[in-house]
Order: sequence, then C-alpha cells, then structure tokens
Amino acid sequence: MVRIGAGAGFSGDRLEPAAILVEKGQLDYLVLECLAERTIALAQKQKWKNPSRGYDPLLEKRMELLLPLIVKHRVRLITNMGAANPVAAAERIAAMAREKGLKIKVAAVIGDDVMEKIDKQMLAIESGKPIDSYGTILSANAYLGADALLPALQSGADVIVTGRVADPSLFLAPMIYHYGWPLDDTERLAKGAIVGHLLECAGQITGGYFADPGKKDVPGMARLGFPFADVMPDGTAVISKVDGTGGIICPMTVKEQLLYEVTDPTAYITPDVVVDLTTVQLREIGPDRVEITGGSGKTKPDMLKVSIGYHGGFVGEGEISYAGPNALRRAQLAGEIVYERLKDCFVNLKVDYIGLSSAHRSFLGQGGEPYEVRLRVAGKADTKEQAELIGEEVESLYTNGPAGGGGARKYVHEVIGIISTLIPRQMVNVQITIRE
Amino acid sequence: MRVKLYDLAHCRAGDKGNTLILSLIPFRETDYPLLSQMVTAEKVKEHLSSIVKGDVVRYELPNIASLQFVCQDALEGGVTTSLALDPHGKTLSYALLEMEIELQKGI
Repeated sequence: MVRIGAGAGFSGDRLEPAAILVEKGQLDYLVLECLAERTIALAQKQKWKNPSRGYDPLLEKRMELLLPLIVKHRVRLITNMGAANPVAAAERIAAMAREKGLKIKVAAVIGDDVMEKIDKQMLAIESGKPIDSYGTILSANAYLGADALLPALQSGADVIVTGRVADPSLFLAPMIYHYGWPLDDTERLAKGAIVGHLLECAGQITGGYFADPGKKDVPGMARLGFPFADVMPDGTAVISKVDGTGGIICPMTVKEQLLYEVTDPTAYITPDVVVDLTTVQLREIGPDRVEITGGSGKTKPDMLKVSIGYHGGFVGEGEISYAGPNALRRAQLAGEIVYERLKDCFVNLKVDYIGLSSAHRSFLGQGGEPYEVRLRVAGKADTKEQAELIGEEVESLYTNGPAGGGGARKYVHEVIGIISTLIPRQMVNVQITIRE
Repeated sequence: MRVKLYDLAHCRAGDKGNTLILSLIPFRETDYPLLSQMVTAEKVKEHLSSIVKGDVVRYELPNIASLQFVCQDALEGGVTTSLALDPHGKTLSYALLEMEIELQKGI
C-alpha cells in the first residue's frame, strides 16, 4: 500500500491541514497542488522583474511549516509551486532547509515552459484563431505527465518542485514509481489518475465546497481535514482523512469531486492516460472512508495541451449599495446614470444588481423585492487609466446619484487571458536539477 | 406536484474555458431513473437559456447514479476574461437546482 495526501488544492489554500496530514496521517507522499491557469502567467511576469522569483507567493510560508515535519516523519513532498521558476523555488527551499539545519535534497522538474518552442501562428483550441491574435503572449506551458516526475522520484529527492504538470499526474507519479507500473498499463494508470483527480482539490472531497445547512451538513468546517488515499497495487484505493479533523467523506462528496470540471466522463484526458469515469464504483466502508474501484482507460494522447497566458487589457469595476424602501429602483436608476455616462467609452459595459440577479445573470427565483441591492458596473479597457473611469463614475454617485447610496468601492485589475493549443510530445524536453 | 431539483439532488459546478459543467446527483440513488427521465439536456438548456448560449450535452453515469451536463458557451468568454461577478460560474450549481420538475402521483 502507498499513502498519498493532498495538502493544498489551490494557491490560496489553508496552511495547517497539510501539517496535520504529515504529523498524524502516516503518509508516504504529500502533494500540494497550487497552480491555477493564470498563476503561471503572473509568475512569469515576476520572473522577468527578478530572475530569482516567479514561484508561488506562499511557497516560503508553506515550507516554513512543512520542511521540519516532512524530515521528521519521512514524507516526500511533491508540489507544482515552482510555477514559472521551479529552479529558483528549489534553491529557495534548499536554502530554507539549510537555515533550519535540515538535510534534504530538492529536485526541480523543468521543461514545461515551451515559450521558445511555440509558433505564434498556432491555432487556439477555443476559437481556431492564431494565438497571437488575442494579445501579447506572456507564457506558454505544456501540461507534463506523471512520467516527467519519475527521474526526480528516482533521484531520491525529498522535495520535488515542478511548474505546470497536469494535476492528477502529480499524484499518479508516486503510484507509478512505488509500484513500478508500466507506463502503457492503461488500466492501472487510469485508476491512479482517478485517485489523483479525487485528491487534487484537497478539501473539496472532505466536505469543503459541499455544505448546505439543513440539506448537506458538514461537521467542523473551521478545522476541515484534508484527504489521503491508500492506493493498492492494482490501483484500487480508499479515500480517508485524519481522525478527529473536521469535514466528511462519503459517497456524496466523492461523486461531486469525481465529476468536477470533467467535460467528458467517458474520456477524461490526462497526459498519461485517457480515463473512462463511467466505470468507477464507490463503496462506503466506514466513517469517512470511501473505497474507489473500477475505472478504465485508453492510451495517452500523442499531443500535450499547452496553456497560454496573454495580456488581455484591464477590467475596471465600481460598486455601491442601496437599502430599504425602493432600494431596487434607486439602484437601477444609479445603473442607468453610470451606463449613460460611460456607454460611448466602453464596448461592453456590464451592469449587475447584486442581491437580485448578478451571480446567475438573471432572476431565476420567486419572491419579492430584496431589502438591499448593490449596484456593480464592470468593463474592459486597453489601459489602466481608462478602466479606472468605471470606479470613478460609480463613486461620483455619492453626490450626483439617487438618494441613500453608500459603501462605494472601486477596483482595477489586469486581465490575464488563457487559451490553449496542442504540441507534439517530442517537442517537450523534461530535465531535473538537484539542489541540496 | 411540482418540485425543485434542490429537493431531490445536489450539484457542483465546474468550468473549463467557456464551458460550464454541472453534475446532478440524487440524494437517494433510487431517484436516478426519475431524474434521468425528467431532466433531459433540452430541459436544462431551456431552464438555463439566459446563461447557456451553446449546446448542452448530458452524460449518464448509472454506476454512481449521477448525471453530468456539459454546457457550451456559458461563461461569457470564460473565467479569465469574463466581466461576470462570478466568472467561474461556480454559483450556477444552484441555478440548476432551482429548476422544477413535475412529479406524477404515486411517486
């Protein structure tokens, strides 16, 4: 049996559940998945400014907490916190370990950055248009598979830090390494990829993002435990968590996560194997213990997906609240005023009424008028200055708009757009760099 | 009798680019045939017509008694460039659960 824990499901995830997993989970491996699509493009911009940066902003905080624990409990750590600069991340981790008097070996996996290898005329999968027609390209990273991590695992590294790797592959790699599964064993690779997919969002399988009071109650969410999987030699697994932590693991939480973000359950594509999720079977074998069996797969794709980040201009937003009698009509009047003043300056101006119809973009419910409504206006511009106009106009409603407006806020953020394309596997050259 | 899907099932929303993905999982696995019969891709497209501009494809997973709806052109361009308050469409799981179906007597 090999036990693999999930200590982070996104860049901003909680810190201490990973520490609890290492201290009390009797893990063999801890995986921290921290790299969203846009993060790597933002990290690339940091790296241009400072060549020793470009890794995950929480890397130091997580390592500060985890390095002493993984040494003490002999847990190997795998993470994609290298973002745009895995080598700099490895150097930083090694330096932190030295400062703490810990002896560890860190391996950086490089090769996902294919910026120099892509042709700007390649077509985006989403539209069929050339990728450089979207805007200035900031980053291009291939989704590496589990095979990319095997040399690092064979090197004996205590910490393996990568850039872009398909999320399930971060978990599949230690299974392949531990059991020596052949890379063409689609059956077991598929089962392992399913376990990886179930773990990759960490708390999303232990009751996080699940609770609905009175309908789907989850105990102890303020101290949600993160999951681990016990994977057997044939790829079947049991998902569980540390006793005494908050949350819940049951077939309902596992089903939600199994289907999460899957566009085709009959062919879930990973760089390692194409997985059929429709053959998966679940069985509750105890409190917070669900067994995963079944699952099958087909041969991996010839091409690797490349995620491309581009500069997409700036979004400006402004918000202001109205409450009490006739709140909705006053908010609507405010929206009409801002729209009239800005409509000629923006191609697409979005006017939302928070509390009524903003999240679902329409009013699907029944019932009367909301007691309070928050106007939100958003629009895109080529320059930051232009985008700032929106917040300024909303703020000016204080003295120029309907009665009783309050709590105005304004925001501007740079848009990093993401598109994808495909490149042949042979074009990607994976290497490892060791730091001690 | 009309009931909301919310009374029978739960859902999680996911996104891939401009595609919205909605699971539909009955609380009682014995309700799976009923949901399969009543909640067709066409009905979901109609219910979410103000949100989903493209096709809706339904996948059936009888092994885990769940349905998956894959909705194209549903996220105003997708999370990275959308002007929507919720660019991922994460709240849209509850837009699906707001849908009503007609239960026949005796069920």
